[in-house]
Amino acid sequence: MLTAAARIHLREKFLTRRAAITGVNFAIAETGEFVVCTNEGNADMGAHLADVHIACMGIEKLIPQRKHTGIYLRLLARSATGQPVTTYSSHFRRPREGQQLHIVLVDNGRSTQLGREEFRNSLKCIRCGACMNTCPVYRRSGGHSYHTAIAGPIGAILAPNLDMKQYADLPFASTLCGSCSNVCPVKIDIHDQLYKWRQVLMKDGQGGAMKGLSMKAMNFTLSSPGVYRTAGKAGRWFYGTCRLW
Amino acid sequence: MSSRERILSAVKKNQPELTELVAYIQPESQEDLLGRFTSVLEGIGGTAIVAQDLAGVKSYLKEMWQGKGRIVSMIPELQELGELAGEADPHNFENVELAIIPAHFAVAENSAVWVTEELLQQRVLPFITQNLAVVVSKARLVATMHHAYDIIGSGDYGFGTFIAGPSKTADIEQSLVLGAHGSKSMTVFLI
Repeated sequence: MLTAAARIHLREKFLTRRAAITGVNFAIAETGEFVVCTNEGNADMGAHLADVHIACMGIEKLIPQRKHTGIYLRLLARSATGQPVTTYSSHFRRPREGQQLHIVLVDNGRSTQLGREEFRNSLKCIRCGACMNTCPVYRRSGGHSYHTAIAGPIGAILAPNLDMKQYADLPFASTLCGSCSNVCPVKIDIHDQLYKWRQVLMKDGQGGAMKGLSMKAMNFTLSSPGVYRTAGKAGRWFYGTCRLW
Repeated sequence: MSSRERILSAVKKNQPELTELVAYIQPESQEDLLGRFTSVLEGIGGTAIVAQDLAGVKSYLKEMWQGKGRIVSMIPELQELGELAGEADPHNFENVELAIIPAHFAVAENSAVWVTEELLQQRVLPFITQNLAVVVSKARLVATMHHAYDIIGSGDYGFGTFIAGPSKTADIEQSLVLGAHGSKSMTVFLI
């Protein structure tokens, strides 16, 4: 019922708007065309009805040859929803007659990430969402808790590249279980990169004073058996007292 | 320096060492393409119908759709059922109930059909229509996407698309619903 209502409501928008902005899933270097994948048909309804089509793509969306698209189309839907292929995989090479077509290539930190040898693998991401669907942290906390456009494990390794200070918390919000790396169809070492980002962030002073202090206290306690036993006793006494209350 | 130059020079500066393009593996074709296509299409909410010839398609569609609304047919032999997509403005197709289109070929592994602008006349047609019927030759069934791109090769088109089943979404109701923005149903006739 809700979907039918949305269909009717949004159809009116598609029919009355003069410009359509779409994303791009893959762009083919060999032919200059780009491919947009949807299950809903929203990209096609927008693009084929509007006078102006503006397609925005990250510079890492480029693949070498047209025949490689087949490989990626297979990977994308299988890893996203388990479908054999997306419902619509549309290849745009020229605007329709009388239409304008603009392609915007976006950097937004990607060229910097390319220069970070340990993290450049993250640019292989095809945005299937498999790492999110498997992540025990994401499944509990949801997308908004990542306070960045791309959520989940992949978002946690992409965001610190944009702003280390603002996204310093993300690589620490992980159990490092490695499930994300396991399911990634393009084999990004996501949990390794989460771990590496922690070191980069701590060295950069983004960990916060409390984290540094508590690590020092742990180091002191765990490196001396005497202190360790005393701390254990103190803990048990404290816990026992609390229970009496 | 323009932003284009800035981005290109940054990419050039940070370019990792080039690696050899990995070998492109061409999978083998498989048996029973028709059976595979039919079962996959049913699995994704579409209907596959094996027909003897276009006359069979015509009588099926006539029974199902005649008198139920505007029909556009891009197949000359099925002209009796509906008009050609003669309109220049894509918005004029908003009240189409059924669009009948031919496809270049179909892929068995994911039950997608490949159509280009040349067959559609109007790009928006298979998306804006409420229901979609596609006619494709059984002899034009291929096993996988690898075979599909083999056929497409370096062919020229302004717009081409793989269509696999009716449009759908689970983003709204948290469970899969057929009929998002594109067609609510898809019937593929294999002749």
